[in-house]
This record gives sequence, structure tokens and C-alpha cells, in this order.
Amino acid sequence: MKAPAFAYRRPDELAEALSLLADDGAQVLAGGQSLIASLNMRLSAPALLVDINRIGALRGIEDRADGIRIGALVRHVDVLHSPVIARQVPLLAMALPHVAHMAVRNRGTTCGSLALADPSAEMPALAVTLNAKIVLEKQGARRTVAARDFFQGLYQTDRQDDEMITEVIFPRAADDEVFGFAELARRHGDFATVGIAVRARRSGDTLENLDVVIFGSEATPLLSPATSALRIAADATAPMLADMAEAITATMEPMENHQGRADTKRKQAAVLLRRTFRDMQSRAFAGKGNGHD
Amino acid sequence: MTANLKTGASLPRRTAARLVAGKGRYTDDIQVAGLLHVAFVRSSYPHARLKRIETRAAADMPGVVAVLTGNDLAKVCAPWQTQLALLPSHLSPPQMPMAQGEACWQGEAIVAVVATSRALAEDATESVEIEWEELPVVADVQAAALADAPVVHSAMTSNLGLDHTVSTGDAEAAFRQAAVTVEHTFSFDRQTGVTLEPRTILAEFDPRLQQLTIHHSHQVPHQMRDIFAAQLKLPLSNVRVVAPDVGGAFGLKLAAYPDEMAVATIAVLLERPVKFCADRLEAFVSDNHAREAKVHGRMAVDADGRLTAMDVSVVSGFGAYSAYPRGSVGEALQAVHMVAAPYKMAHLRGRVRGYFQNKPPSGVLRAVGQPIATTVTEQLLDLAARRLSLDPAELRRRNYVDTATATARSAGGIVLAELSLERCHDRLLQLMDYATLRQQQRMHRDKGIYRGIGLAAFIEQTAVGPTLYGAQNVRASAQETCRLTLEADGAIRCATSITDQGQGTSTALAQIVADALGVDIETVEIATGDTQLTPFGGGAWASRGTALGGEAALRAARKLKESVLGIAGALLQTEPDLLKIEDGRIYNTASPLPQMSLADIATTAYFKAHLVALTELPALEITESFAPRDLPYVAANGIQAAHVEVDVELGTIRVLDFWVVDDCGRVINPLLVDEQIRGGVVQGIGAALYEQCIYGADGQLENGSLVDYLVPMASEMPDIHVAHVQTPTSATTLGARGVGEAGTVGAAAAIWTAVNDALTPFGVVLSEQPFTPERVLDALAARKD
Amino acid sequence: MTDLHSIAFMLNGKSVTADVDARLHLADFLRHTLHLTGTHIGCEHGVCGACNVLVDGRSTRSCLMLAVQVDGAHVETIEGLTASGQIADLQAAFTARNALQCGYCTPGVLATAAELLTGNKPTRDEIRDALSGNYCRCTGYHAIVDAIETVAGKRHGGAP
Ligand SMILES: Cc1cc2nc3c(=O)[nH]c(=O)nc-3n(C[C@H](O)[C@H](O)[C@H](O)COP(=O)(O)OP(=O)(O)OC[C@H]3O[C@@H](n4cnc5c(N)ncnc54)[C@H](O)[C@@H]3O)c2cc1C
Ligand code: FES
Ligand code: FES
Repeated sequence: MKAPAFAYRRPDELAEALSLLADDGAQVLAGGQSLIASLNMRLSAPALLVDINRIGALRGIEDRADGIRIGALVRHVDVLHSPVIARQVPLLAMALPHVAHMAVRNRGTTCGSLALADPSAEMPALAVTLNAKIVLEKQGARRTVAARDFFQGLYQTDRQDDEMITEVIFPRAADDEVFGFAELARRHGDFATVGIAVRARRSGDTLENLDVVIFGSEATPLLSPATSALRIAADATAPMLADMAEAITATMEPMENHQGRADTKRKQAAVLLRRTFRDMQSRAFAGKGNGHD
Repeated sequence: MTANLKTGASLPRRTAARLVAGKGRYTDDIQVAGLLHVAFVRSSYPHARLKRIETRAAADMPGVVAVLTGNDLAKVCAPWQTQLALLPSHLSPPQMPMAQGEACWQGEAIVAVVATSRALAEDATESVEIEWEELPVVADVQAAALADAPVVHSAMTSNLGLDHTVSTGDAEAAFRQAAVTVEHTFSFDRQTGVTLEPRTILAEFDPRLQQLTIHHSHQVPHQMRDIFAAQLKLPLSNVRVVAPDVGGAFGLKLAAYPDEMAVATIAVLLERPVKFCADRLEAFVSDNHAREAKVHGRMAVDADGRLTAMDVSVVSGFGAYSAYPRGSVGEALQAVHMVAAPYKMAHLRGRVRGYFQNKPPSGVLRAVGQPIATTVTEQLLDLAARRLSLDPAELRRRNYVDTATATARSAGGIVLAELSLERCHDRLLQLMDYATLRQQQRMHRDKGIYRGIGLAAFIEQTAVGPTLYGAQNVRASAQETCRLTLEADGAIRCATSITDQGQGTSTALAQIVADALGVDIETVEIATGDTQLTPFGGGAWASRGTALGGEAALRAARKLKESVLGIAGALLQTEPDLLKIEDGRIYNTASPLPQMSLADIATTAYFKAHLVALTELPALEITESFAPRDLPYVAANGIQAAHVEVDVELGTIRVLDFWVVDDCGRVINPLLVDEQIRGGVVQGIGAALYEQCIYGADGQLENGSLVDYLVPMASEMPDIHVAHVQTPTSATTLGARGVGEAGTVGAAAAIWTAVNDALTPFGVVLSEQPFTPERVLDALAARKD
Repeated sequence: MTDLHSIAFMLNGKSVTADVDARLHLADFLRHTLHLTGTHIGCEHGVCGACNVLVDGRSTRSCLMLAVQVDGAHVETIEGLTASGQIADLQAAFTARNALQCGYCTPGVLATAAELLTGNKPTRDEIRDALSGNYCRCTGYHAIVDAIETVAGKRHGGAP
């Protein structure tokens, strides 16, 4: 199917883009890897596409005082190969090989993924896990929203139609932080049926301060409310980890669709979590005798 | 000469060099001045009455040339009806290019918008208004079978479109006497072909000559020519169908699709060139589907592990209409008749019923029903082996039908001759190192790793002859023809009725002709896929290209050689018997020096025939046809094995390795044959693990996009090891059997047996294909409770 | 409604100017305006990879890029990659190994392979991963992986 008719502008300056976005029916065109696909299915009919690909100010991954900044024109491929990301936001680097395929990663953007808020996408889940800050700008106004407040529903975010995500800022990983990521996708590069992302702090012989996010199965990335009391000891056994995983997945409200029922996804999430905890445990306490099964 | 033989050599395909350079010429690549584009308004309801269609607003849209309904096309195009002489109960209502009065599946074409571009045509489709009255929907086969089920089409009296039984021997008694009886239910989800190049047709009508020229992404141009001529009431000779490069077909491009008939009709009606290229979304709801079946199977085995009887009951889903012209019964019938075909088994009872449903018509898809029969047989064999505590390989080894020489019939009536199942079996076990794998399997299990080894022996019906469709009164030619011409420059032109969608049959034919004639393969030019340029015949279906088209070519080449040597003998005043052709030159067996070239022969015959001292000048253009007439088809055989690992917690399955040993008779070109097998295997793995058209009870397709309908991709597919046993068939001089469907016939079965082998410790046997993670987990959970 | 834009870009090493409607995607522009039909369309949703071309040296879905967006870019299609000889080894390996049947996926697969082989020598698994966005219905992938592996070996100076 061919896209319906629309108007197209390609401003060089952010200010001009923001002023174009003030018009009704105007929409940002970033990597186009989701937007153009949906146009080619006639699922949306924007009046105007504002192509931001020429706006230099939106480029670049920067190591800044307030964290690692990813501009709206940074593409998945840039993040995947960035030494700064590998060092400072290792969770992103762990997840990116699971995002789509080479050609799609060559154009799709991190911020576009956040704006789209596809429930099965990795980037929103990681932004929530790491408590990233999303910067939104519109004509004459700029605000920062915590990723944890940004995702409101299926493809629904706190972003207003005239706002652009100009950048997202990820906190720098601390030395004592340990991360985990896993997802179940039917085929390599497919959107996840269910996935999990974990951040924890190592303190002596335990991992604590767990942030656990479950995505793919939920309408929005689910930051588990049940983790504050949880900890992973160096000698925690598999059944202990399984119990933790089950406690966490009990709070899921999975969507039922052709990829599976709610109970199936909950079961799978628990397995992914338990294995990821195990993996984090062995990475964090490598060399130390860890638990027996 | 033997040193240079091309037959049996791994020659790369000539067209490949063109295709890798992006110089393919697929139907959508063809430029025509003044071309118009068609977009269809399709039914969004699985069953609805069309109360009113309002097209005026659409007709006024920019670029729109015409907006046409079924009634408009009925002025030019006659209705057609699928009828099978031997199955009079297979009653499909008359069909038109677009629905008239009633839409019977979600996706059926209702209105055609013709415009100067596809985008403009699509814009206008949004302005077509249709007033619908929803009618009751029958989606599920089991729902269609209910006594009080609504009918799929108001012209039908019942949804039952086939009720056929098979009875050989006394199955009842055999089950009573069996040492072991096993049974299982099987469900095969609907699939579709998903050719990468969607269906495409370009139709041009020349009003001066009353000539209709169609470029068509299709497997059987001669069949389509016959149909276009009949429906549009044109003399056959006024219709030309060209199948240029075709981007995958697999049986999907074997039918006459109503929307494609619409395009041809529009070209005639408007007298302007028009094109339709199915987009991916409409392909999912308008391409023929396949495979939907539910099976219950039982198997009886004696105490020595000899298979004595099977009892199978199949319920198959046909969709809204029977595919035209070949019908929708092929899958259902094969699912029963092919049961236990590789095995000695005396007793079979089978019943197959097929029901119409408010879904796209089902047609044929690579291997037509054979994967279903193979899966049922192989899985039941494994269950029997378990009960007897016999190794599954050993159980098979005891039961193979021994037809090394004699012709036999399987219990399902399959005609078998010159098979090599035991040799294939032994070769396979050696190739995969079966014993070691079994050993490792036990070690892995102790560590909680569940690997499975699955075997699937198979018979593939290839080179199908005229008894299949001829007896049904279906105009689908089963004969293949080759016209060989010695050109005036000494080159050979080979026009063949078979078509090549990448299988490489053109290359195989060139190899056969080059060897038979004794010419350089570079001088053999192949013409295919154009009804104007090629002799009448079948095309590409039922693995026939090399086996039948190759046989016709071989026979033509031998005759042409006789002609050439006859003329040469006259010119050289030598007995033709003493002459031979090598490298395109004529030699006297007594001398190493060439006497003359083929070009000399041609030049003399064509321009100076008075110099040839023969009363009758032998023909230098030879046409030979071939179809197997003593046998209904040439059965080929082989065996496959899969090695898989099941993650019993996530429900996911990884295919670790795959092996095939195939006997397709004489191998003309291993490079081609091996890739036919590998491609076919991956389609079978796709069926077992991924592919399903997911329909709600409301008859709506829930995953009709390439994002949601999962096809097998590179990351998940294994390397596939292929080996051959070669038992030439004596049904032809050439000795080649077909191979195009071999991979698909057995691959799904090998995945079934492998996955269920992995799950043996849990006492679980999966029964629904594809094996989604949820289905795997559900089966495991059901067992534990 | 049409919204025409003038664009100028490098196509297969030559400069091209054109006026394009905003909604026209690059694949249709290449195929039907410029008659470069070696780029194929299998889905128009970014899934199948039949439309892959190189934009500024990177494999790109031409169905998910608007023609107007290539203004100022370097675009290489299978026609240009063939003419320049830069993937001649890949093309020869595909032909020799029979790594294509209908050939419809092949130009897109070659664009993917061309980009993949600009990096380190990939393993067989890495080749399969890189191909995960290219659907081929005919070959079963094995031969494609073989052909790319052979060329990777040769380009990195080792035995294939
Ligand atoms: C075959 C395929 C597989 C894929 N698989 C995955 C996968 O596994 N995981 C995954 O996460 N993604 C996947 N994607 C999606 C891909 O990552 C997209 O690129 C991404 O979701 C959107 O980024 P984009 O830059 O392409 O956005 P676009 O397509 O340009 O835009 C998407 C939406 O976001 C809006 N938007 C974009 N940028 C901004 C901004 N800066 N400010 C405000 N609004 C904005 C647009 O207006 C539009 O509504 C896949 C895509 C394809 C085609
Ligand atoms: S046509 Fe572009 S990815 Fe399929
Ligand atoms: S060769 Fe046909 S799709 Fe790849």
C-alpha cells in the first residue's frame, strides 16, 4: 500500500522545526522506521511531516555532567557502536543487538523509539529501568520528564503533539552497578514477546536496590513495585532466585494477544528473570563461591 | 566425449549471473506506455451481503479512470466454477472476478479502482462506499461441520465439500490383533505461501488485433492462457501469456485468482494496459492458503515391530471457494492416501472430509498434503517405538517397503517402484552419526538439557502424469513438450513447456540437450515461460521440470541428432552410424579430424538443400512430448532427520542440525538439487515452528502482515546436510525423478518427531503445529497437573 | 494533494536531480521513476529486506525512506554496485554457490552482505544474524551463508 498524501518540510534549525510542529496534524519524522511503515499501511494520515534529519543540534552522544546525552538524531547503530555507551550505559549496549536488524538500526533512533512507545520496544524499558530523563521541547518551552512518568499507555506518552523529544539523558553507570537484560522474541530482531531489564547495586556479598522492568507483555514498561526489599546474595540458590522472580512477575498485567496469554507471558518472564538474576550473580561475584542449585 | 559430460555436473545457473546483477525482469519491472494501475476495495467482513455500492465520489478523484464493480465486469467475463468429475460432491459456487451480491471471505475483491498511479487508485478506494449486511460466519472447520452451521455462501446447501473414504485390507481386524496400538490427534494450522514477489499481473489488450497479452507472475502460463481465453471469450490464439522472472511460486501461483481475472477483464473492457501488484497486506487475505487440517490417527504394530494397520480421519478446511481450476481437495486427499507410503502395511482405513469456510480459498502449497500424511505416520511410528521400547530408527528399518525392483502399491494406493529407503536410511544414520547423538542426548538429559532426534522417511510424488487432473476433467496439462531447433548458425534453440522460477530447470535442460547432441552447452539457448514461444504443456507443478521436461528434451535431442547425422552422412557419403557429434562438430569415428560443423549442416539444409542426396530431408526442428502414462507419477523417496533442543521453561525450540538423504533418481545437477532440498526443508521447518494464519472465531485474520505472520529467517535456521542415493527411474530414458518438494514433504515431520523425542522424559506429545512457545508450555503444564 | 520537492543526490556515482512528491518512497522512486528495477519490493513495511540499498554506505530499507530524503545523499543500488565492481566477488560467489533461486531477495541480500563485509571477518553465526532482516523464501539460507562466508574468507586473505 502507498502512503496517503502529506506535506513535507525539512528544517535545518530546531526553532523552525518546533514552529512547524505547532500546526495541527504535524508530526516528527526521525528514522522513519516505524512512521513510514505505518504510512505505508495507511494507518495514519499526518498533514505534515517535519523531517528532523538535518538539524545538527539533535546529533550526538555526549558524556555530560548531567549524564550521557543521546540526541534525537542518534540512531540505534550509533548507540550500538559507541564506546561511551559501552562504558557508561552498558545496559543499552546489552539490549541493542536485540533491536531489529542492521538496516533498520542504521536509521531508527533512540528518541523515536521513546516517542513511539511501542510496548514491545527495548528503549522505553531501558529508559525506565535506568531512570533516564526525557527532554521535550516545543516552541518557547522546554521541560524534562522522568522516563518513569513518561509512558502512560499503549503508544501513549506524556508528550504533547507539538512537542519534540530533543534528547534523552541516561545516568552514568556507577562502578558498583550490575545490569541484566533478556528477552524472548520468536525470531532474532523481532519485537519482544516479553523481556526484562534489571539494574542492581553490589554491596559486599549482595546485590540490592534492584530495579526490575518487564516489557513487551505490558502496555507500558512495568517497573516492578516489589523489589525494594529484594536482594540477591552471592550464595542465593536457584530456588531462592525463582521465588524472587515469581514475586516480581505476580504484579504483571500482561496483554493477551496472538503471541500468548497472560499466564504464559508471566511464566516466561519469571524464567527470564531467574536466569538473569543468576547471570548477574555470577558476574558480580565471579570467583566467589556462589550458590548451589 | 564422456569426459566433458554436463549431466551430473554442478553447473551454476546461467540466469543467476543476471539476477545477482539486479537485471531480473519480474512482472512489475515491465514498463508500458499509458499504464493504468488497479487497487481493489476488499471485503472487511468474512461474510456479508453487498446492499449498495456507491462509486461516484471515487470516480471523481484525481487520476481515476474507472471504478468498476462485479456487475461491470460480468459484461465481459463469464463466471467459472470449479468442478471435479470424480468428486461430484465438491460443489463450489460459480465465481466472478469480483463479488456480486455477497462477499464470502475477508479480503475478497469487491470494487476495482483504475487510476494513473497505484497511490491515486488507493486514495480513491477510500471514497468508495459500500453498504454491508453482515451474514453469519463460519470460520473454524469444526464449526463448519456442525449440522446447524450457517452456510458459507448462500448458493450452497451444505458446507461439506468432500467426504471420501479409503479402505484397504481389514484394518478393524488388524487393530484387534495388534500387539501395540497407538493414537494421537494432530492439528495443522492454516499457512500461506508468502512468495517474496507478491502476485502481479499486467494485462494489455490490442483492440485492432483483438489480442490480449498478459505478463503474469505465474507457474503455468499455458493453463492461464486457456482460462483467460475461455472466460473472456477470445480465441485461444488471440491470447498470449508471458511469465517473465517469477519471484517465488510454490503452488501459490498455480491458481486462477479472481482479482487477476478482474485485471485481464479490465484491460479488455477499457482497451488500455492495466497492472495489479498485490501489496503484502492484501496478499495475506487474497493469496490461496493451505494445510488447515485436523487429523486423528491410529496405528497398529505387531510384537516384532511390524506395522500392520493405520486408521486416519482427516478434516480439512477449503475456504470460501474451491481453487480454480484444480480444486481445493488435493491437500485433503494426499493427507490420507500418502499415509505410511514408505512402509509395508497391509491395512488402512481412512476418511477425509473437507468443509468450506468463510476464509480465503485454500489451494496447493509445495508438497500438497504430503507433509500431513508424513507427519501423522512418522509421529505414530515414534509412539509405537516407545511402547515397544524399540529405537525409532530400528522400527523404521524393519518396515520399509521393499521395492528395489518390483512395482508395488502402498495401502493408500500409492504406486511405488525402484525405491531405496533402506539405503537412504543407512546412509542417513551414518551421516548424522546417529549412535553418538543418542548417547549425547542421554548425557544432556542428565544435565537438564532436552534435545531430541527426529526421523522422517518419506515418499514424494513427482512428475505427476495426466491421470490426476485428466480424470477429473480439469484442463491442467500434465504433458511436457520440448521443441528443439538447429539454428542456421549452428546453435540449438530449446523451447520448453516447463517454467523455471529459480529451480534451475532451464540449466538442467541445457545440460541434457548439450550432452545428448554433443554440443557446447553455451550454444544451447532455452526459451521458457511464454505461450507464444514455447510448445503447449504443464509448466511448473508437482516436481516435474527436469523429470518430464528433461525427458522430452532428451528425446527431442536424440531425434535431432539422428537428423543431423542423417544429413551429414549424405553429405560425407558415410553411414550415419559411423559418425558422431562432439563439441558441435561431426566426426568420422575413423578420424580425429572434424569433418564439418553443425553450422555447416544447418546452412546446407536451410539454404542449399539441393546438395543433400536424400529423398526426404530430415527435420532440423523436432518437437517431442512426454508424460508418464504407465505410472500415475514417479515416486521418489528419502529420509530426513532433525536435531533440536527444547527450552522446557520458555517453550522455545532451537533446530541444531538437519540432514536429508534423498533419492531423486539420476541427479542432473547436484548444485540445483541440493538447494531445492534445502529450500524445501526450511519451508517445512517454518510450518512446524512458525507459520500460521491466526483466525478469530469471527473469521478475521489477526496476523495478516509480515510482522506478525512469522516466516523462517536466517538466524533460526540450521545448516542442512544433504546426501544422495541415486536410483534412476526406468519410467523415463533420462532416469531423473523430481525433487522440488522432497524437503517440504518430510521436514515438518522430522521436527515433530524430534521435538516430541526431546519431550519424552515428560511423557508429553505435542499435537498442534506450529509449536509455539505457548503450545509447548501448555502441553508440559497439562502433563504435570 | 501533491507536495513536490526538488532533490539532488548522487546515485551510483552520478548526480541526479528530480522533482518528487513527498509521499513517494525511495523504492518506488528508484523503480518506477528512475527505472532501476533491481531494487525490489516485498512488503513496504521494513520487514523483508528486498528493498535494501546503500545510503551513504549503509544498508537501508528503501521502502522506509522517502525519495525526498535522499537529497544530498549518496545512494547505491544493485545496478551501481554491479557497475563499480565492488561486490563482483560476492556476485560471483552467489552464482557459483547457487545462493539464489528466484533472485527476488538477492539485490537486498547483497546490500546487506556488502555492508557486513566492510567490517571484521564475520563468523557463520554473525552472517546469519546480519541476514536476520532479509527474507528469502527459496533457498533456505544455507547457500547464502556459504557464499558470504567464502567471500569473507577471501577478502581477509585466508582460505575460504
Ligand atoms: C522490521 C523492523 C523491526 C523492528 N524491530 C524492533 C525491535 O526489535 N525493537 C525496537 O525497539 N524497535 C524495532 N523496530 C522499530 C525501530 O526501532 C524504529 O526505528 C523505532 O521504533 C522508531 O524510531 P524512528 O527514529 O524510526 O522513528 P520514526 O519512525 O521516525 O517515528 C516514530 C514515531 O515517533 C515520532 N517521533 C520520532 N522521533 C521523535 C522525536 N524526536 N520527538 C517526537 N516524536 C518523535 C514520530 O512522529 C512517529 O510518530 C523495528 C522496525 C522494523 C521496520
Ligand atoms: S520492501 Fe522494504 S523491507 Fe520489504
Ligand atoms: S531466492 Fe527467491 S526469495 Fe530468495
